[in-house]
Amino acid sequence: MLAMIGKRLAVGLVLLWVVATVVFLALHMVPGDPARIILTGTGATPTEEAIQNLREQLGLHLPLWEQYTRFLGQLLTGSLGESLRSGTPVTELVGQRLPRTLQLVFATTLVSVLFGVLFGALAGRRGGWIDRVLMVVTSFSVAIPAYVAAVVLVYFVGVQMQWLPSGGYVPFSDDPVGHIQTLIMPTISLSLAFTAVVARMTRTAVLSVGEQDWVRTGRSVGLKESRVFSRHVLRNSLTSVVTVSGLQMGALLGGTVIVERVFSWPGLSELLINGVTTRDYPVVQGTVLVIAALFVLLNIVVDILYGFIDPRGRD
Amino acid sequence: MNRLAAFLRELKSPGNFLAALFLALLVAGALLAPWLAPHSPVAHGNERLISPEADHLLGTDQFGRDIFSRLITGARVDLLVSFGAAALAAVLGVVIGLIGGTTKGFPRMLAMRGIEVILAFPPIVFALLVVTLFGPGSLTLILTMGILFAPQFARVVYGEVLTISNLEYVQASRVMGSSSLRVLFLVILPGALPPVLVQLSMTVATSMLLSSGLSYLGLGVVPPTPSWGGMIAEGQAIMMTSPGLLFFSSAAVVATVLCFSVLADALEKSLDPRRSRKRGAVRQAPKATVA
Repeated sequence: MLAMIGKRLAVGLVLLWVVATVVFLALHMVPGDPARIILTGTGATPTEEAIQNLREQLGLHLPLWEQYTRFLGQLLTGSLGESLRSGTPVTELVGQRLPRTLQLVFATTLVSVLFGVLFGALAGRRGGWIDRVLMVVTSFSVAIPAYVAAVVLVYFVGVQMQWLPSGGYVPFSDDPVGHIQTLIMPTISLSLAFTAVVARMTRTAVLSVGEQDWVRTGRSVGLKESRVFSRHVLRNSLTSVVTVSGLQMGALLGGTVIVERVFSWPGLSELLINGVTTRDYPVVQGTVLVIAALFVLLNIVVDILYGFIDPRGRD
Repeated sequence: MNRLAAFLRELKSPGNFLAALFLALLVAGALLAPWLAPHSPVAHGNERLISPEADHLLGTDQFGRDIFSRLITGARVDLLVSFGAAALAAVLGVVIGLIGGTTKGFPRMLAMRGIEVILAFPPIVFALLVVTLFGPGSLTLILTMGILFAPQFARVVYGEVLTISNLEYVQASRVMGSSSLRVLFLVILPGALPPVLVQLSMTVATSMLLSSGLSYLGLGVVPPTPSWGGMIAEGQAIMMTSPGLLFFSSAAVVATVLCFSVLADALEKSLDPRRSRKRGAVRQAPKATVA
């Protein structure tokens, strides 16, 4: 088990290094002078001096290999560079906003896995009309982009009914109730597709596990149906649920960006989108690296979790 | 032809038929938009924010532009981007998958590990990085998503090639002295294509989700070209007074994505009859929902 964890971590580190290299090279793949493009991209006409300054700030005047070693050296010391616009270290900017994005990610995952497993197990076990309704509803909710759900929710719940605030953010320490209230709608919009995918996976897994010989054996030795289902069928179905939840949670890293924007949730979204529109390359690059690192880490955690749930999967 | 017949049989179920019909109408509407649109999709008019009526089927927006004309014109760029990205991803993915499935050693490792690197980037974040560098626009979207969604195709093809290469008819072809290229393209590839087709339909849906999201942010298709994502953003701005624009444009995105995934399911069933017989047959769950 430990050897497997070590191996996964090592592979993850290599993957991160390659990702960092790709992100580094991205800047150099732009045709023309990146510094000029970054400065003219926002519609301004920069002076030659400004372009030269930016080139030096980004280290573009150095030979490529030297830039690369500098970049990796910075990464190793935990620095992601400074914002071109404000001069603030990117790690500080990301550190401020990341927890709020992660809060959305965790809240959504929690809600989606709970309801997804519940609905999926119910549909798989009962069948009949519950099953048919679930299949139709999940087809729909997978097709609704989270940001569309968000905007429509804002319209009905926020504007028409005025049950919940249409957006914004209140720190938990200031006002716990207000904090939860602002959290509800973003979580619902992000959960729609996630819940549907988990529910479908659970349903499929419950049905296929239910056909196994050992389930029949369990029934024939006289175990109660409820016990057969909860202890044997559902439990063995969870491996695939964990896998699909991990994938979906990974998609949420970054997938929250647009929904955060709709609800003015002060997570990574604001940072990224402002970074893109003002072409603040170090900010975007740093945020991408952090998110990619979390993504790789998440996949490792899912693999390890998988090993715990299903001992057959261990190397 | 059996497959085509099987697919047409799938279309007899009302849900699949409606989906196919909607998509056919949509594609026709998009192609014929310049002739079908009753008004200019971009010219500002004096009749602002009017409700649906005979002259303006779906009403007008805050600039007096006809919403119906904008929707079918927007379908052009949305479908072009989604199909373009899916097609590019399919071509890249099939090539990578074939390399991975038929070579050994370094080329295989490069192909299959390369995929993992792409998969380590959350799609929307990677797209934002590219937009920062290259600026927004349809071409940027197609290229970015084409690369982002190639791994799924590569994995599908890789798996299929590994399975198919060991089948008897492939070995028979080798024994009969077919060149390895002939075996690859005329014997193995046709067998690997059905799942690629299913993946293609799903990727069109995913591309539409992601590209409309970026357009909503103003980082995808650049105004004044109408796009559905952009229209949703405009609709949000005026939803207090006239929610029509928001609903019509949202409905367009949701219906299209839904129809493409219904079609993917139908394709999958018709191409692999084993999966459709039993309740609880393995349905391919969407890999990741983005945006």
